[in-house]
Amino acid sequence: MESPGAATRADRVRALVAAHRGDRGALLPILHRIQEEFGYIDADDVPVLAAELNISRADVHGVVTFYTDFRSEPAGRTVVRLCRAEACQAVGAERLIAYAEQSLGVALGQTTPDGAVTLEQVFCLGNCALGPSGQVDGQLHGRLTPARLDALLAASRAAAPAAYEVTTSGKTVNS
Amino acid sequence: MTTPVTVYVPRDSAALSVGADLVAAELERVAAQAGRSVRVVRNGSRGMLWLEPLVEVVTERGRIGYGPVAPERVGELVAAGLFDGADHELCQGVVEELPWLRNQTRLCFARVGVIDPLSPEDYVAHGGLAGLRAALATSPAEVVAEVTESGLRGRGGAGFPAGIKWKTVADTPDTLKFVCCNADEGDSGTFADRMLMEGDPFTLIEGMTIAAYAVGASEGYVYIRSEYPDAVRTMRRAIAIAREQGWLGDDILGSGLRFDLHVRVGAGAYICGEETAMLESLEGKRGMVRAKPPIPAISGLFGKPTVVNNVLTLASVPAILADGAAAYQALGVARSRGTQVFQLAGNVARGGVVETAFGMTLGELVHTYGGGTRSGRPVRAVQVGGPLGAYLPADRLDLPLEYEAFAAAGAMLGHGGVVVFDDTVDMAAMARFAMEFCAEESCGKCTPCRVGAVRGVETIDKIVAGQDPDGNLALLNDLCELMTEGSLCAMGGLTPMPVRSALLHFPDDFTARTERRAEESAGRFEEAKS
Repeated sequence: MESPGAATRADRVRALVAAHRGDRGALLPILHRIQEEFGYIDADDVPVLAAELNISRADVHGVVTFYTDFRSEPAGRTVVRLCRAEACQAVGAERLIAYAEQSLGVALGQTTPDGAVTLEQVFCLGNCALGPSGQVDGQLHGRLTPARLDALLAASRAAAPAAYEVTTSGKTVNS
Repeated sequence: MTTPVTVYVPRDSAALSVGADLVAAELERVAAQAGRSVRVVRNGSRGMLWLEPLVEVVTERGRIGYGPVAPERVGELVAAGLFDGADHELCQGVVEELPWLRNQTRLCFARVGVIDPLSPEDYVAHGGLAGLRAALATSPAEVVAEVTESGLRGRGGAGFPAGIKWKTVADTPDTLKFVCCNADEGDSGTFADRMLMEGDPFTLIEGMTIAAYAVGASEGYVYIRSEYPDAVRTMRRAIAIAREQGWLGDDILGSGLRFDLHVRVGAGAYICGEETAMLESLEGKRGMVRAKPPIPAISGLFGKPTVVNNVLTLASVPAILADGAAAYQALGVARSRGTQVFQLAGNVARGGVVETAFGMTLGELVHTYGGGTRSGRPVRAVQVGGPLGAYLPADRLDLPLEYEAFAAAGAMLGHGGVVVFDDTVDMAAMARFAMEFCAEESCGKCTPCRVGAVRGVETIDKIVAGQDPDGNLALLNDLCELMTEGSLCAMGGLTPMPVRSALLHFPDDFTARTERRAEESAGRFEEAKS
């Protein structure tokens, strides 16, 4: 039996498919829209998409799992992607990544236990003359150092405080 | 003073990555405080990336540049007279007279960094649409002939003559044909496609429209990787503006030509830069490489005749049509005609975009333009052509930058990316990374690539660990040969190139680490004794 939330999501997915009805080969744009809205592609979205697009569930599943961008579960509140491609390696990307892994206490591809930060690798952000490069919540940053990474993480934590830290009066309380 | 001072602050994402937005905001704030009337224009980047954020002020002498400008230095610069082009330690002088820029031949990048990328008025005022108008004044067949004659070759990496590809599409009859721009610029060390799309998107639209006219296509797609969100936004806005201007749509420039363009965003798969994988992805499928034939020019997107060209190939077309094939032909050497946009990256003092006629040496690019390494240590290796390109040692920098010379040296120009490494680089680690990257990004369709890359990582690990190095080196060589000969596409086929070049030029890096460490500590012991 579907919960009311699930029914809402399925309806929304159908609406997103309808919005791309006139587009050729629309599965990728639709998946991007779903992820934009919900933060991930749920396993339950797959049969809905298959039925709406008249393709097999295997086809949809195959596409969702082929591309690195599509998540099967929500990411942390802040997503940090650090470039590991050659040009950034030439200016110390591996050291920066080791620092990030150590200071956050997670490996590449993992989310901190409090759900605050997801740390990921990426192969090239097109900022190869100003490396090491990284993206914090989609925003590109160059010439990253451990100190700058810490500052960016602190800033994004301040901008997106955890829900439990905010009281009804809007003041933050110490956790 | 009533006339506002025009100040340029780049909106290119490389400039944004080092604080350009903050600089622009700060300039406006400080100007308001000082009671100066200022017009801030967000241009593309000039490509002198070590100077970013590069602020330019319009003066009677020309555009005076200041860089790199940190947001916290704006107040000091304005106090020193930045709005009047006054001297300061960050003042670079008249930007267009800087030798780094002046000595380049900018055709693709003529307007990048100069204009407001989303201003159609700026575009036309700086020569935009001249190519499309010239094309529409002749027949499609003549446009194809012009591009063929220019000698333009695909800038994505393969270097296939663009005119021949276009002719094939033009000669394949169908009611529906496509023009697809490959903007899945995944090679490390390359960013020219991104800079062009962010800095002069109308040029790409114009180039694609000319291609559509030449081959009889009515629909086009720009496939941009998701790692480039700023380029996606700029291209989408540019396409909307172009439609409003009548540069796209049902009656382009009143000629009756019908062509429309759409942006599609990748989803984090390097392989989608391979043209057939890109077509699969555009069709909404997994980015699996197709076997060729049939070639996309005959059976491409949804089985229709399709032009697939790289951003820089298509962006070269307007200049070719505007100034004629002969002018383009006159640049370059041998079978490499026209200009190539090189991108200096990695451990380099002055990184950025160098567009120049083919034929300059790699050393000139790395040392004269690049100024050697950023770390100040000696250059040890240079990788040209992305993650599938060869590593060249410091003593091979005499190589001229052209397709055939590179091929003869067992290397390739690829998309023009040049990544510099200093003497701290561990080339065995870089060779291992090449295999690791291939294993990570292989589409999995063919075995040499899918399995070979994994075995490659394991074999390099064994060599470095000192396990039967001779046997494993022979095995690695066999594996490289198999991948080169047996892979379906360039991903598996070229991964051996960085591996083998690293083995050839830097064999000592592959000797057992334990052995090396023992030698090193022995060396230190000797030093300490003396």
